[in-house]
Amino acid sequence: MASEVARHLLFQSHMAAKTAGMPSQLPDSEQNQKKDNTRSLTMSGHVGFESLPDQLVNRSIQQGFCFNILCVGETGIGKSTLIDTLFNTNFEDHESSHFYPHVRLKAQTYELQESNVRLKLTIVNTVGFGDQINKEESYQPIVDYIDAQFEAYLQEELKIKRSLFNYHDSRIHVCLYFISPTGHSLKTLDLLTMKSLDSKVNIIPVIAKADAISKTELQKFKIKLMSELVSNGVQIYQFPTDDETIAKINASMNGHLPFAVVGSMDEVKVGNKMVKARQYPWGIVQVENENHCDFVKLREMLLCTNMEDLRDQTHTRHYELYRRCKLEELGFTDVGPEHEPLSLQETYEAKRHEFYGERQRKEEEMKQTFVQRVKEKEAMLKEAERELQAKFEHLKRVHQEERMKLEEKRRLLEEEIIAFSKKKATSEIHQNQSFMVPGSSLRKDKDRKKEPGYRFELLCFDVRACETSDGRTDTEEGRGAPRPRGGLGSVWRRSQGL
Amino acid sequence: MSKGLPETRTDAAMSELVPEPRPKPAVPMKPVSINSNLLGYIGIDTIIEQMRKKTMKTGFDFNIMVVGQSGLGKSTLVNTLFKSQVSRKASSWNREEKIPKTVEIKAIGHVIEEGGVKMKLTVIDTPGFGDQINNENCWEPIEKYINEQYEKFLKEEVNIARKKRIPDTRVHCCLYFISPTGHSLRPLDLEFMKHLSKVVNIIPVIAKADTMTLEEKSEFKQRVRKELEVNGIEFYPQKEFDEDLEDKTENDKIRQESMPFAVVGSDKEYQVNGKRVLGRKTPWGIIEVENLNHCEFALLRDFVIRTHLQDLKEVTHNIHYETYRAKRLNDNGGLPPGEGLLGTVLPPVPATPCPTAE
Repeated sequence: MASEVARHLLFQSHMAAKTAGMPSQLPDSEQNQKKDNTRSLTMSGHVGFESLPDQLVNRSIQQGFCFNILCVGETGIGKSTLIDTLFNTNFEDHESSHFYPHVRLKAQTYELQESNVRLKLTIVNTVGFGDQINKEESYQPIVDYIDAQFEAYLQEELKIKRSLFNYHDSRIHVCLYFISPTGHSLKTLDLLTMKSLDSKVNIIPVIAKADAISKTELQKFKIKLMSELVSNGVQIYQFPTDDETIAKINASMNGHLPFAVVGSMDEVKVGNKMVKARQYPWGIVQVENENHCDFVKLREMLLCTNMEDLRDQTHTRHYELYRRCKLEELGFTDVGPEHEPLSLQETYEAKRHEFYGERQRKEEEMKQTFVQRVKEKEAMLKEAERELQAKFEHLKRVHQEERMKLEEKRRLLEEEIIAFSKKKATSEIHQNQSFMVPGSSLRKDKDRKKEPGYRFELLCFDVRACETSDGRTDTEEGRGAPRPRGGLGSVWRRSQGL
Repeated sequence: MSKGLPETRTDAAMSELVPEPRPKPAVPMKPVSINSNLLGYIGIDTIIEQMRKKTMKTGFDFNIMVVGQSGLGKSTLVNTLFKSQVSRKASSWNREEKIPKTVEIKAIGHVIEEGGVKMKLTVIDTPGFGDQINNENCWEPIEKYINEQYEKFLKEEVNIARKKRIPDTRVHCCLYFISPTGHSLRPLDLEFMKHLSKVVNIIPVIAKADTMTLEEKSEFKQRVRKELEVNGIEFYPQKEFDEDLEDKTENDKIRQESMPFAVVGSDKEYQVNGKRVLGRKTPWGIIEVENLNHCEFALLRDFVIRTHLQDLKEVTHNIHYETYRAKRLNDNGGLPPGEGLLGTVLPPVPATPCPTAE
């Protein structure tokens, strides 16, 4: 900083020596700027735009900052405790069960404020990581979650009406990977997970529960881990060393990776202070003691020195990579088939035409199918109609025939009735005649009795003599109640009945 | 101004469980966060320092355009603003050079540094504006230039493989010089500002204010403000973009009292009361440029450079550029309105009737 001020003063004095109205200086560094048509200028006084970073920062303070941490590690390894210790707060959380069937991610957002800085901190925890018997599916949910956050941001960026400055950035800025303090080497699951995450997020590996390892073992363990990571090509986050002010400390920190941490929110009295520590029968492990564990280093690197760089890397490297892959997947390229620069617009137009053509074709197809089906159905219905009609006709005919038969029968029956009544009438006449000759009448009675419909009952027998009427026939007398006239008169009553 | 984002602002706490693989990417809801109290100092506020360092390393771009009839003192004012020979003055032109037939756009870039802050300043001059006999549509080349810069930025942004830092050539601020007639605005002024206040931040400035007395000045300013309001011209800082009450009161004060700034420019120094000040020497006295009693140059400089520089850039980026982008993507029929690119790669389901089932 002092060098900058000195340079500025030098310029000022240089300028003051000249009179106003001279053309601008052309220092050496200007060579490479010539092509930009830019010149370096010196100012004769204080203009005031050095407050520009302040203006920018003020703006950011107004908007607030966002920071998202993803903690990956087995259940019970101390993730929540470490986060609590890092931020010196008791984030509410309870112990998770070991019996989840799948790995799930749980995200929680907290608003922290320190002096005038408002930080929206999101902690994403993996629940059930490494608990299953079959761990093949363990890392996929994590990868999917990270991708989903990138996707959401990409969607927002590609909208027509977008509001990026208002957007709550949920992309993961750093992933703390918790390694079990076995003392031997990385587990296969760890290796696989880190390999699948290293191109999507900044990974900082930490050795959890570091109080389980002794100091000498710890050194060996760290070396083993780092060599394993390097030999497997896992790219963990390297603290940036391009800014002179923090280059030295970052470089030394890079050598201490992975950090061996101990987390604790319990306070124990050591000396005359209350410090965060874990108390054992054989001693007290102090969290903030650099000899005991690397917690302070982790906090320093993560929060105090490189938070902005982590966010920057996420946006410019990981997100851009994701975006590039996603857009290329969709078929958009920057360079067309003739190696001309192809704009997104043109590609999209081309694709649109293609899809519209496709759609037209499909529409036609569907229309054809539809028409065909309609025709078929129509034919079927017509067929059915015809059948029905035929059936109807047939039934009608049958019905007609039946009817005629019945009519026939009725006619016959009526004729029979008529015939029968005729017969009856005739037989009655005969009856009258037949009483003169009883024998025959008796016979006729018998005969008559055989005939249905009429029954003649002998009521009384008149022995008075009565006129005979020879030669006279009954027919003249009509059909009324035939009164028998004969010698041996008899009164017959005609009764209907059986 | 922003379309209703699909994030429903239901106040659900963001403890979300992502059970299945391949979850559908949903725009995350603005979470209702839990206010936690820190039990001790952690060091989160160092992020300010980190951010500041980062921005100082990358440097800034600032593009300012000056528009006005020739002879109003545009170049002088810009030189006074940035205390260096940013633009060559017209008096140093060759006498034989004619007035350009159409409005030209001349952009010259400079790199200036102060207090460790590097700024790439581009001054865009518009010689020929309002100088012809027939000045119809003389604002069109200017509007075209502004839109071209937006287009350039859009093209870069839409690339698959993007640059880390897209070079920003968009016009952040346009100083419009009003002739100090003392009466009112000219029709050309109104037309220009009407057309351009929708695409760029316009700051109206009364040039050569040393020709007016104090009363004339205040009257003229009032009249100009009234005319601008009557014609619906929104100059920077625009009322609709005031974010909170604090901004509003501050900007109201500027809008209603100080603007348009009546300025005097000069790059010559004179001795006044033992101090060397920038000023104009006349038989009746020395007009000090940076004296608030004499003119409002200092107000303009503080406004543009010291307090609102970042805001000018942000309004340009978040509002004017977004408006241009939305219009451009809509007009081209490229992207259907309201949908993102990825959401409609497949065309929507056609509305043909489904064939009846067998």
